[in-house]
Amino acid sequence: MGHGTEFRAKTKAQYQYDRHHNAVHMRKQVVNFAIMIFLTFLAFTVVVADFSPFFIKPLILLLAGIQVVLQLYSFMHMDDKKGHHIGVIQLFVWTGALIAFTFFITFLTIIWW
Amino acid sequence: MEETKFTPQTWPDHPEQATMEGKNKFVGIWIFICSDIVLFASVFATYLSLKDKGPAGMEFSAAELYELPLAFVMTMLLLTSSLTSVFAMYHMKNYNFKGVQTWMIITVLLGLGFLGLEIYEFYHYVHIGFGYTQSAFSSAFFTLVGTHGLHVVIGLVWITCLIVRNARRGLNLYNAPKYYAASIYWHFIDVVWVFIFTVVYLMGVLG
Amino acid sequence: MSSVAVAKKKGFGATVWDYLTTVDHKKLAVLYLVAGTLFFAIAGFEALLMRIQLMIPNNNFVSAGFFNELLTMHGTTMLFLAATPLLFAFMNAIVPLQIGARDVAFPFLNSLGFWLFFLGALFLHLSFFMGGAPDAGWTSYASLSLYSPGHGIDFYVLGLQISGAGTLISGINFIVTIITMRAPGMTFMRMPLFTWTSLISSTLILFAFPPLTVGLFLMLVDRMFGANFFNHTMGGNTIIWEHLFWIFGHPEVYILVLPAFGLFSEIIPVFARKRLFGYSSMVFATILIGFLGFMVWAHHMFTTGLGPTANAIFAVATMAIAVPTGMKVFNWILTIWGGSIKVTVPMLYALGFIPSFVAGGVTGVMQATAPLDYQLHDSYFIVAHFHYVIVGGIVTAIFGSFHFYWPIMFNRALSEKLGKWTFWIFFIGFHLTFFIQHFLGLMGMPRRVFTYQADQGWDLFNFISSIGALMMGVGVILLVTNIFMSIKSKPLNCRDYWGDGRSLEWALKTPVPFYNFKQTPLVRGFDPYWLEKHEGNKEGMTYAEPLGDIHMPNNSIIPLVISIGMFVAAFGALYHPDGVSWSIPVIVIGLGITVAAMITRSLKDDLGFHVHVDEILATEEELYGKGGNK
Repeated sequence: MGHGTEFRAKTKAQYQYDRHHNAVHMRKQVVNFAIMIFLTFLAFTVVVADFSPFFIKPLILLLAGIQVVLQLYSFMHMDDKKGHHIGVIQLFVWTGALIAFTFFITFLTIIWW
Repeated sequence: MEETKFTPQTWPDHPEQATMEGKNKFVGIWIFICSDIVLFASVFATYLSLKDKGPAGMEFSAAELYELPLAFVMTMLLLTSSLTSVFAMYHMKNYNFKGVQTWMIITVLLGLGFLGLEIYEFYHYVHIGFGYTQSAFSSAFFTLVGTHGLHVVIGLVWITCLIVRNARRGLNLYNAPKYYAASIYWHFIDVVWVFIFTVVYLMGVLG
Repeated sequence: MSSVAVAKKKGFGATVWDYLTTVDHKKLAVLYLVAGTLFFAIAGFEALLMRIQLMIPNNNFVSAGFFNELLTMHGTTMLFLAATPLLFAFMNAIVPLQIGARDVAFPFLNSLGFWLFFLGALFLHLSFFMGGAPDAGWTSYASLSLYSPGHGIDFYVLGLQISGAGTLISGINFIVTIITMRAPGMTFMRMPLFTWTSLISSTLILFAFPPLTVGLFLMLVDRMFGANFFNHTMGGNTIIWEHLFWIFGHPEVYILVLPAFGLFSEIIPVFARKRLFGYSSMVFATILIGFLGFMVWAHHMFTTGLGPTANAIFAVATMAIAVPTGMKVFNWILTIWGGSIKVTVPMLYALGFIPSFVAGGVTGVMQATAPLDYQLHDSYFIVAHFHYVIVGGIVTAIFGSFHFYWPIMFNRALSEKLGKWTFWIFFIGFHLTFFIQHFLGLMGMPRRVFTYQADQGWDLFNFISSIGALMMGVGVILLVTNIFMSIKSKPLNCRDYWGDGRSLEWALKTPVPFYNFKQTPLVRGFDPYWLEKHEGNKEGMTYAEPLGDIHMPNNSIIPLVISIGMFVAAFGALYHPDGVSWSIPVIVIGLGITVAAMITRSLKDDLGFHVHVDEILATEEELYGKGGNK
């Protein structure tokens, strides 16, 4: 690999701290997973329960949005400050999302028969 | 660091970003995902503008076609596979290679389950006459969901290659970034699926 | 050629193999340069044939059908296969040197990007010999292209799909390179402007090529596999193609012009011998142009009938782009202002660029006015406008950079004297060709027609335009002659050929060794080489590390194999609608080669190799004589 990468053994305290930190982090991920499962249930339930579409559509879109943010920031570690150039990555991802959004708007409004 | 043998004590905190190659792969997979976002947005937008459009007197509509129970099971499989790949990454941080391999295998199995259901779904649609060339709606539906399915296939092949090739080598700083990139990609497939089940299936059933 | 000393020992076969397998960004730059120049010449020749046909009214030099093929291939080739690779050549050659890197972030992908691009381009051009080239215009609107007989459009779709994948891969590679591979001290706000514009233009590639991929895929399945995206009798809609194409197509213009801006932002300060005026505003303007470039695509579709609201929104957004572009123009003028100007060939191109590009920009704002666009649409005014932007902006940048960067890329210099002749002949020819086309358009001459009736007041202007085109042709021939002459000329073996280089690439002695920097440089400010020169540093840079082993990537043939697989599969898809029995097997075999090559890549360890200190010292001594790069 590239030179300049050196590795030293961690101290015992550091090692135990890292282990603990990883475990706590993992527990958080499981909680987030539970939330995602719950949101999915909710989305399917409101559709099956036959509420007014004017209520359901915005709600399930909102639920999808929350799920995606959870995936990105929790599972994909976009919240990890130690990620290499994570700020630039966030900028790129959200720019991509914004551009994607304009596609939806235009394809729903100015394509017609 | 070809020769270096690691112990859990010397294993770095962010093994996937400990080398220059690792850092490049980390940024690279994210930048690739950005372009994939736009790719899916284009297919999605096309689907939305062609939904329920077909030749005069077309008998299929989204409201009658889709089956929610199947979509629900598929969603659960893919969501769970996302969590299992998080477990794999957790074990990678702790330098537990067995854990990485086990959870990655479970991820692949869940992905295969998802893929099987999707193939069944496609087969079912074609069987009742809703084939790829039946209408603009069918073309758009198969292209959108099929593009996602293709991403799943690529992800499965990728992860399988990783599991097989590293089975004897064990964990090192050369392959840690590869596992990490594959897991990020796998999560992204799940992100896209969240939109597909919401916009295609749930909102499709609403009409 | 960049590693002349190593190449000398090799036979012809070994050199060819070296270029087929290379992952060195300097060699890939040479490949891009050669391929781009080749396709530039082909597309230019097509333009000459068209201008000869239009020289006099009622001409029958070429047939109507062949004229359609010529205009389609001219546009497609110039944008995808000539301008893009030529700019990629400079990005490959210069960006890693400017940021102080030994190579790009993904050398393997860099090579894959080139071979995909090249084989896609080759595939597209095979159409001339295999039953006719595409003939629906470079925009290939679905309503027309869907019903185009023969295989022309299929070649277009498949060829661009493959070469587009290559471009996207290269774009990702450049983004990551610029983000992660900068030398210590090279902060974002110290990056030279060419690096900045390469970053933004690669970002545009990142976001603009996927919609093209999708659009081409929809066209592909519609034409070859019976899908119905654009077939209105089956519920399809051709406007989807227009949107997808222009979502890509408009940013594509900025993908090309932003690196051109960057190149001029490098050339002008060197020959004005002044720091670039308003650096941070230049960076800001680049980002703004990139962003706005994505929000304006529908101005190509004003006459499609989007309605007044959409037209108004896109008209205003389009006009807004004039603001950051204007910032850039004023910054260049203010850089030159009060400088101690040296009028070399690159500087001549820069001086010619500013008024030409402004003219093209002003007519752009005219067309952004939706009501006026209804008058100008599909007339020669449009042709004049975009040629002013593309030739006046991008081609002048490329020609100027040929002269400017030739010493770094090949350790040779292009002749200044011949270069000045080239410039004047090309520049006068360019204005002669296209200035008059504004008036042809205003007089009502439609674009894309293969001939016209006499005595409509168009005869003389068309004749003048064709004379100009021939002059441009002579200019290009002179440039190519200049290139061939440079091969015979003496190696330079010098540092800072122009004497006033500012950024890091000029700090290197030519020929540049394959590892670029024997020690990673430490960047202590904007214009690092200028800074070191003025502090009397003889070596041209401060080092961030002691001399040590250098890690370099291995060469690989796999990128070429992956690309060949795609090339083979494309033939299967092409003949699928003919109902031949071998089409599906050929697709399977082709994709099989690709996948197998990818899996081989994935299963094999590729750890690269180390160049040891004594080897570095030996190489330095061989290249620069005793004492190495001092």
